[in-house]
Amino acid sequence: MPKITINDMEIEVEAGTNILQAAEQLGIEIPRFCYHDKLSVPANCRMCLVEVEGGPPKPVASCAMACGDGMVVKTESEMVKKARKGVMEMMLINHPLDCPVCDQGGECDLQDQAVAYGFDRSRYNESKRSVNNKDFGPLVGTVMTRCINCTRCVRFAEEIAGTPVLGQFNRGEDAEIGTFIGEILDTELSGNLVDICPVGALTSKPYKYSARSWELTKTETIDVHDALGSNIRIDSRGRALMRILPRLNDDINEEWIDDRTRYAYDGLAAGRIDEPYIRDKDSGKLRAATWDEAFSFIKNKLAGISGDNIAALAGDLVDVESMVAMKDMLASLGSTNIDCRTDGSLFNTDSRGSYLFNSTINGIDEADAIVLVGVDPRHEGTMVNARIRKNWLERKIPVSLIGQPVDLTYPYEHVGTSPQDLVKLVKEYAGKMEAKKPMMIIGSGVFAREDGHAIHAMLHDAAEKLGIITDSWNGFNILHSAASRVGGLDVGFVPTKGSEGFAEIIEGTKDGSVKALFLLGADEFNARVNIGWKCFVVYQGHHGDHGASRADVVLPSAAYTEKDGIYVNTEGRPQLARRAVSAPGQAKEDWAIIRAMSEHICSNPLPYNNLLELRDRIKKEWPIFKNIGSVTPAKWDGYTAKGKMAKDDFGLPVKNYYLNNPICRASKTMAECTEAFTSNEEQTEGKEEAA
Amino acid sequence: MDNFARSFLLTEIVKGFLLTLKYMFFVPKVTINYPYEKGPISPRFRGEHALRRYPNGEERCIACKLCEAICPALAITIEAEPREDGSRRTTKYDIDMTKCIYCGLCQEACPVDAIVEGPNFEFATETREELYYNKQKLLDNGDRWEAQIASNIEADAPYR
Repeated sequence: MPKITINDMEIEVEAGTNILQAAEQLGIEIPRFCYHDKLSVPANCRMCLVEVEGGPPKPVASCAMACGDGMVVKTESEMVKKARKGVMEMMLINHPLDCPVCDQGGECDLQDQAVAYGFDRSRYNESKRSVNNKDFGPLVGTVMTRCINCTRCVRFAEEIAGTPVLGQFNRGEDAEIGTFIGEILDTELSGNLVDICPVGALTSKPYKYSARSWELTKTETIDVHDALGSNIRIDSRGRALMRILPRLNDDINEEWIDDRTRYAYDGLAAGRIDEPYIRDKDSGKLRAATWDEAFSFIKNKLAGISGDNIAALAGDLVDVESMVAMKDMLASLGSTNIDCRTDGSLFNTDSRGSYLFNSTINGIDEADAIVLVGVDPRHEGTMVNARIRKNWLERKIPVSLIGQPVDLTYPYEHVGTSPQDLVKLVKEYAGKMEAKKPMMIIGSGVFAREDGHAIHAMLHDAAEKLGIITDSWNGFNILHSAASRVGGLDVGFVPTKGSEGFAEIIEGTKDGSVKALFLLGADEFNARVNIGWKCFVVYQGHHGDHGASRADVVLPSAAYTEKDGIYVNTEGRPQLARRAVSAPGQAKEDWAIIRAMSEHICSNPLPYNNLLELRDRIKKEWPIFKNIGSVTPAKWDGYTAKGKMAKDDFGLPVKNYYLNNPICRASKTMAECTEAFTSNEEQTEGKEEAA
Repeated sequence: MDNFARSFLLTEIVKGFLLTLKYMFFVPKVTINYPYEKGPISPRFRGEHALRRYPNGEERCIACKLCEAICPALAITIEAEPREDGSRRTTKYDIDMTKCIYCGLCQEACPVDAIVEGPNFEFATETREELYYNKQKLLDNGDRWEAQIASNIEADAPYR
């Protein structure tokens, strides 16, 4: 453990720490452009120069110099100040005076550091260079003249995103960043290039010129496009949502987010339901109505329908509070026909350990062998894939995949595509695993078939035989793809014994055993085709999508950016989403709609009058919700199921990554991405789904 | 005695009349015949706002929003968008002249000399609504006063 003195302050740091990090631990700021915590160190911007006493008689790049025992470092000496000024002046030689029109203006590293460490005027009278802009796809705009060649983007693409298509070409004054010939920047993480660019060379295309950083209201919340609950910050101006940025959370998303999370927000302004609608009896069309009209319409329709003929389904973007309220309302109507698995998946919901990502996302860093089962982590949980890649990059851990072969940005062994291939693998390796902390990541798609229970039992068996479950390690991980899923399972929004699940409810709408159906934001299946025409359907949600097109009554609700709510991510970590903007028109929060509806249709209205009372009720019954933001580890139970496994191949739940929920389907940016990044085949699949 | 004589002979009144007569006939007058005549104003005078154009007719404003940010009275509202040719332009540039305190910070902040406070001080209106200026009104002001604004800026340039 070397001891080092920086500006007369002593600190003991771990071996291998560089001077810049040591200074950061002491709270001393050293300016930098190319250095980034999560990327490799190229030391090419030379802004972090410091003086090392007794060292060479010239300044040293602190990001690339490891701390040595007894080193004495000065960060504010005359030599350092002069060196920084010189570097800054060189950097500004070719940087255009674009600040007033640049989207980075106001949050620009170069701008800030030029004010703090640079000269106050230019001595350069020669002509400046200009660089042609590059095509980085529909999300990242480029103004390459502003580039200072820090190569952060090149390193990000190579190390984190795993698409090594960026590079620095030519040398000297002609040096420029670009893509290799014939290559496109095909990654779900491209939005992060905008964040890491220290200048305005890479900017966000959808956000272009729309706002300035200082006029935005910042709300810290979480994302719901996948089940990871990535931490995000929503920047809004007035009622308009202007952009979404990642928030540092080393347990989940580190400091990255994927493009769907970042850019699907324009879907929140399009295709919204902003007032209640009732289906007109004569014309068969939806007509606008008031809340009271809608509620009394529902009341009349429900009159005479007994409790067992009522059912409810919850969609993929619903918060925990709403599901609890819906469950309570149905219970008071005398029904337990509820399900939150609208993909039709079947698995053991009794034991929490059976459906969680037990090792947590941080656990991926410790794993020394990974088996992927019927999962495409790159599109079902992009941040999980980035973690696996990080681990693979550092330690070259073996990864094998059973399921549809997909491009994961790191090499893996493709074992097979069917459940039987996994059984074979287990037979071969049972008791012979060298890995100390093996991990199995299972996609939620493997359960979306009739033999789901049998597959779940087989996976339990496989996990135990492969040594994935030990006393100190639980590597049995299910990667869900819906934000509401684990929350729904935790509060028991699933059928109990004797009541009906998703498949039976859908069947029941056709044969008349389900006469009334509540869809709580359920848009993930084609309601118009699947729900029987006699069934009375009440849909509440925020987009005019599958559910609303079939509904007899449509109730407008708030989207995830417009309400406070709890979401549980795939690890079982409950997190708070916060309201950033107000909901359009007459839309209300889901739980409030259900509470108001219960006054009309239940004999006793639901016993909570505000969100806090509802949360108290939730915490009382399910104590895991007391620990917001942290994971309550789940117990491991055995599981056996009757029935035989079919030989069908494993399927994937995410058909088109850019169009997998109603918000994305309403988003223009996501449609452009579909056009640019996916093949024709995938595009038609996505369109069929949307149709 | 003096006092008595003075008050009796009405010398103060005579002095007063003399002063009046002097200003009536012998001293150059200082009042002007407003609105037909106007007093001189400084090139730095901060009057009614205007948005200027370049000589080729292109508007100067680039929607950087620095004036909006610095305005202490929050009188300026701007919305921006890429124009068809890809350049950064305002779609909305409103100044609430009833809020404005004529401090001149907007023209100090402007990097392209687009928003200026011109020499015009005669823009009283009959209703408040007429004082909510939009972009068109400001650009029209700029076109109307450009010659004088340009010469004012030139006159003040050596002192900046």
